Amino acid sequence: MPTPIEIDRLQELLGGGAQLVDVLPTRVYGEQHLPGAVNIPLTQLDRETTAVLDKRSAVVVYCWDYI
Amino acid sequence: MYDYAPGKVDWLARNLPSEGELASRPTAGSFVRRDVATCQLDQPVGPVRERIDETPYGFALVLSPKGVLLGRLRRSALDGDPNAVAESVMEPGPTTVRPDTPAGELAERLRKKDLKTAILSDPEGRLLGIVLRRELEADAV
Repeated sequence: MPTPIEIDRLQELLGGGAQLVDVLPTRVYGEQHLPGAVNIPLTQLDRETTAVLDKRSAVVVYCWDYI
Repeated sequence: MYDYAPGKVDWLARNLPSEGELASRPTAGSFVRRDVATCQLDQPVGPVRERIDETPYGFALVLSPKGVLLGRLRRSALDGDPNAVAESVMEPGPTTVRPDTPAGELAERLRKKDLKTAILSDPEGRLLGIVLRRELEADAV
């Protein structure tokens, strides 16, 4: 299970080179996303789609909000 | 792996940068002004009144030591005892908006309520600044 974090920890991780993954639908990602985030929609998250991520760096996923 | 659970809504509500088709859309945060007078709860209003007079606004905002917005001091309410503390004359809990509110939408809301300014705060209630309706409207023309 991913570790839940808030903004302060996110900023720390990004400062250390963490990768951001936006799991929202591609259309929503295209409208607006966090700087540098890649899009892997939640329904497409699997070993193949996550192969683009660097396993040596921290990965932070995000959605729209808590829900 | 980490989960930024508050998500995109939280990020945008802090007036942080974004990318994408809507990223360049004017928002309230695009017009934020930080020159409003501020003070803390226990400060006497006399000096605050002088600071308000040095700004183009008719009010000051009362903040906690961590910058959380607690109240508003209208200039017109500060003509009494200059030693009264801000807490005793402030209007608590003024309405705020998030900086990612579309500029045109906020301008319309302010126009309908005949308000000239809006206060912007982040998800923790910390003051980001204020926006002027006339600047939102001028951009929309």
